[in-house]
Amino acid sequence: MSTVPVSQLVEPSVSVKPKLAPSPAVAADPAPIKVSIQNLNFFYGTHQVLRNVSLDVPADQVTALIGPSGCGKTTLLRCLNRMHDLYPGNRYEGTITLQPGNTDILGPGMDPIQVRMRCGMVFQKPNPFPKSIYENVAYGLRLQGMNRRRELDERVEKALREAALWEEVKSRLHQLAHNLSGGQQQRLCIARAIATDPDLVLFDEPTSALDPIATSKIEELIVELKKRVTVIIVTHNLQQAGRISNMTAFMYLGELIEFGETNRVFTNPSKPQTEDYISGRFG
Amino acid sequence: MSQPTLEPQEEKLDRIRGYFRGELLTLRETLLRMASLAHQNLNMALESLVERNAKKAQQVIQADLEMDRLEVEVDEMVTHFMATQAPMALACRLMLSGSKISSDLERIADQAVSIGRRSLILLDEPPLKPLIDIPRMAQHVLAMIKAATDAFVEIAPEKCADIIRMDVEVDNVNRQLERELTSFMVENPKTINRALNLMLVARFFERAADHAKNISELVFYLYTGKDIRHEAELSKTP
Amino acid sequence: MLDRWFGRIGMLLTLATLGVLAVLLLNLAMNGLARIDWQFLTTFPSRRAAEAGILSAWAGTLLLMFVTAVVAIPFGIAAGIYLEEYAPKNRWTDLIEINIANLAGVPSILYGLMALGLFVYYFQFGQSILSGGLALACLVLPIVIVATRESLRSIPSTIREAAFALGATRWQAVWHHLLPYSTGGIATGVILAMSRAIGESAPLITIGALTFIAFLPPAAITSTPPFLSVEWLFSPFSALPIQMFNWVSRPGEQFHANAAAAGLVLMVITLSMNGAAILIRSRAQRNIKW
Repeated sequence: MSTVPVSQLVEPSVSVKPKLAPSPAVAADPAPIKVSIQNLNFFYGTHQVLRNVSLDVPADQVTALIGPSGCGKTTLLRCLNRMHDLYPGNRYEGTITLQPGNTDILGPGMDPIQVRMRCGMVFQKPNPFPKSIYENVAYGLRLQGMNRRRELDERVEKALREAALWEEVKSRLHQLAHNLSGGQQQRLCIARAIATDPDLVLFDEPTSALDPIATSKIEELIVELKKRVTVIIVTHNLQQAGRISNMTAFMYLGELIEFGETNRVFTNPSKPQTEDYISGRFG
Repeated sequence: MSQPTLEPQEEKLDRIRGYFRGELLTLRETLLRMASLAHQNLNMALESLVERNAKKAQQVIQADLEMDRLEVEVDEMVTHFMATQAPMALACRLMLSGSKISSDLERIADQAVSIGRRSLILLDEPPLKPLIDIPRMAQHVLAMIKAATDAFVEIAPEKCADIIRMDVEVDNVNRQLERELTSFMVENPKTINRALNLMLVARFFERAADHAKNISELVFYLYTGKDIRHEAELSKTP
Repeated sequence: MLDRWFGRIGMLLTLATLGVLAVLLLNLAMNGLARIDWQFLTTFPSRRAAEAGILSAWAGTLLLMFVTAVVAIPFGIAAGIYLEEYAPKNRWTDLIEINIANLAGVPSILYGLMALGLFVYYFQFGQSILSGGLALACLVLPIVIVATRESLRSIPSTIREAAFALGATRWQAVWHHLLPYSTGGIATGVILAMSRAIGESAPLITIGALTFIAFLPPAAITSTPPFLSVEWLFSPFSALPIQMFNWVSRPGEQFHANAAAAGLVLMVITLSMNGAAILIRSRAQRNIKW
């Protein structure tokens, strides 16, 4: 039995990856970055809501934003598709760079409409338009100029399949969306958001209004979705973040406290506030 | 993410102590009870050997029932907590390490039982030689158990380094004793029975030491999140 | 206990109100129903009660309503959309909102005076259908604006956000979603406005509606190019309320019967407009569930 160096037994001040020899099958390449947020500050009037947030969101993975109410996670999410521009008095500082194309979302010449077309958003409460199922999914495509019937049909079907809803609605595409159940409506909203093949899909607590079975269906579809598209999800449900996300960012009072692999953050968080929050000691 | 200042040690200890509430506090106390019993049983096994005391040997064998019961209790607590609370971070690591620590402690008690049985057998014959090495080993092992328990209670993972060193020491004494006893047996075949039993006793203590080392590695993992088990072997893998 | 009594009293009051309406209709019918026949509806007024008809009156009313609708509806809806969706929310817009509501309560004769000075004399439209229609349009514009705003406001903001999140411009959101979903409320407002306009006589009298016209305004469609004429806009006119007012102030029971008959026609037009409104609204609201 060889001696273990004492230096390794002193408690590390920052968490260190365990020194297992990497097996050849696991590549050590870092994942490509889809969105790079640099020194983001956000003000609502004179009130500062986000403080110096910097975060690199990896592509084709699910990144979860967690934190107590009022920590700024939803505000951060809505910066990514410039939804704050719709209301007066909001101000951004910093840069958000979206790939492909190195686009600075917050750049002075950047049209918010263009940004929103590259992002899809799913809201907390299902909010389908009071139109038919088909028209709901087709709306984003129509906005982008698609109007040929066959093309729309194909894209609508594709989106509904990816949202795991096609089988349930294929025979009633022209019926009203409101006749669907809550879980189905939310999947419809997901189909609507992904129909245009966005670069980023943003979920704002998508299952907080749904029962466990509907929740589980949507979580499954998000896990499928991330193979093709980058997902950022705000959630209050830590188990959900644990189940579906690759990376987790913990925010508190407008600051990013910790960001890392979900597995590591949940089993061995490096910041005391993170540990307190996930252990249920506050928030 | 850069961390401008480290959390002050006192605050950190307070914070971690604060997590041990409710069911986790009960779990901690049960583990401590098991550790205390294991220490007590092993000590009694040593005494039964050294003092040639049959009664103490019997007591050791009886006391093992309580340890078995406590091991089951710990695992029930762990399962219940995991199912109902989906614990994270420290609590999550406590589930894993707590279950394993209780298992290691129960094995230590098992070693004590085995020692007690051998002690009873050795009583039938006159002592082979004055017992020096075995008590020395035993004292090391008892010290290791106590140190691991202290590291757990005081939230002091840095104490684990000493324990691991002591295990090396115990291994060395064990090897040395085996050589000595083997030469006894070669020189004088009449001593084989006693010598073999003594070798077994030494091995039981050595195993107890291994379990104590395991416990210290688990305590280290609990408080730092770093898994240092089998590090030597794993680092040799190509 | 209180519940039951309140329920009973409420029911009584409702019945009383409906009863008043019923009495009014019955009164009108009793006095005027006999008088309504084809001749009544297609002849001009005359000094002889038996030969008098309401042709010019209801033609005038309809043409006035046309002008009022064409002016008040688009302007009102557009203003409502602008104020609700585009205008910034600050003290000035709050002030505007309060004042629009106030305008709805301004006595109608003041609108008449304004129209007299502005349309009849300043713009020199004369005492014409155009001036009358514009006066009524100003009168009912606040109603249309408020109804449009309320309708738009009742659409949950999550619908707007969903449209914007997909990349819609403000106009696209309004045109594709907000207007279609608020059709019911807007239609209700429009009909309320037109119902108000159809019965107003004070502004018309002020700008000089005639009570005795024995001719119709020139036809809008002509047989010579360019086939459309706007001469009718500038022609003098009468209207049903005016005609009623005129007949009621004459002595003689026969003229009163004429007035009642005209009133009945007016009620029929009003009730059918209301009925149309209810129909439009229920059809539009069918698919909307918030």
